[in-house]
Amino acid sequence: MATERLAIIATKGTLDMAYPPLILASTAASLGVETAIFFTFYGLNIIHKKKMNELKIAPIGNPAMPMAFPPSMQNAITNTISSIFPGPPQIMGIIPGMTDLMTYMMKKTIKEHGVADIPELIEACKEADVKLIPCQMTMELFGYKYEDLIDGLEPPAGAATFINYVLEADKPMIIFV
Amino acid sequence: MATITPDKVLDASGLNCPLPVLKTKKALEELQSGQILEVITTDPGAKADIPAFCNRTGHELLETVEEGGKIIFYIKKK
Repeated sequence: MATERLAIIATKGTLDMAYPPLILASTAASLGVETAIFFTFYGLNIIHKKKMNELKIAPIGNPAMPMAFPPSMQNAITNTISSIFPGPPQIMGIIPGMTDLMTYMMKKTIKEHGVADIPELIEACKEADVKLIPCQMTMELFGYKYEDLIDGLEPPAGAATFINYVLEADKPMIIFV
Repeated sequence: MATITPDKVLDASGLNCPLPVLKTKKALEELQSGQILEVITTDPGAKADIPAFCNRTGHELLETVEEGGKIIFYIKKK
């Protein structure tokens, strides 16, 4: 049978950008496609034992961010705020604690909507046999040791190893996130 | 109303993409070939995702029932 291989490159370490690679990978693997995620640059934080629990979402520089009041916090006041401001005004992003507040609200919204959290999706990837490959070069660049990262990863690899792994398949595909 | 009697029921109500598909895959692993899984979901995305999953993996989607905000799938394991 022709092998199909999907490789996803995860380069971002914010809460929102941790979702697409994990959702696509766990789903592709469940659909029977050999799947790998290559974690490079800030994407390494998604598989960092400590940092994976501290992924944040910043309102500053993100004009697309909605107000995102979790359903349990929606009332006359918050609805009025949402109707005036489609998202947090950019200038508010510089207020200390704003990023933490928006992260808290986003996490609460995620939970209340029945969307999986990041550790859950990592587990789902592992269960579905997704290969999780940390980038050797960025690990050294950021000073991350292999034991700083979560268990169950592939050995750290470089670009050539990764590209070779993908292209070995009859039907290779790469998604860059 | 469905007349299919499932061998196993997976209640994925309240869960969103990609969890209904992932849990469906896992639940099917526990069944024997030819047995039927009932999947209950409230995720509107699952309406297209579960058929896509079945199409891709070769499990047979016998029937889809929509009632009161729930979408119920009957899947026969290949």
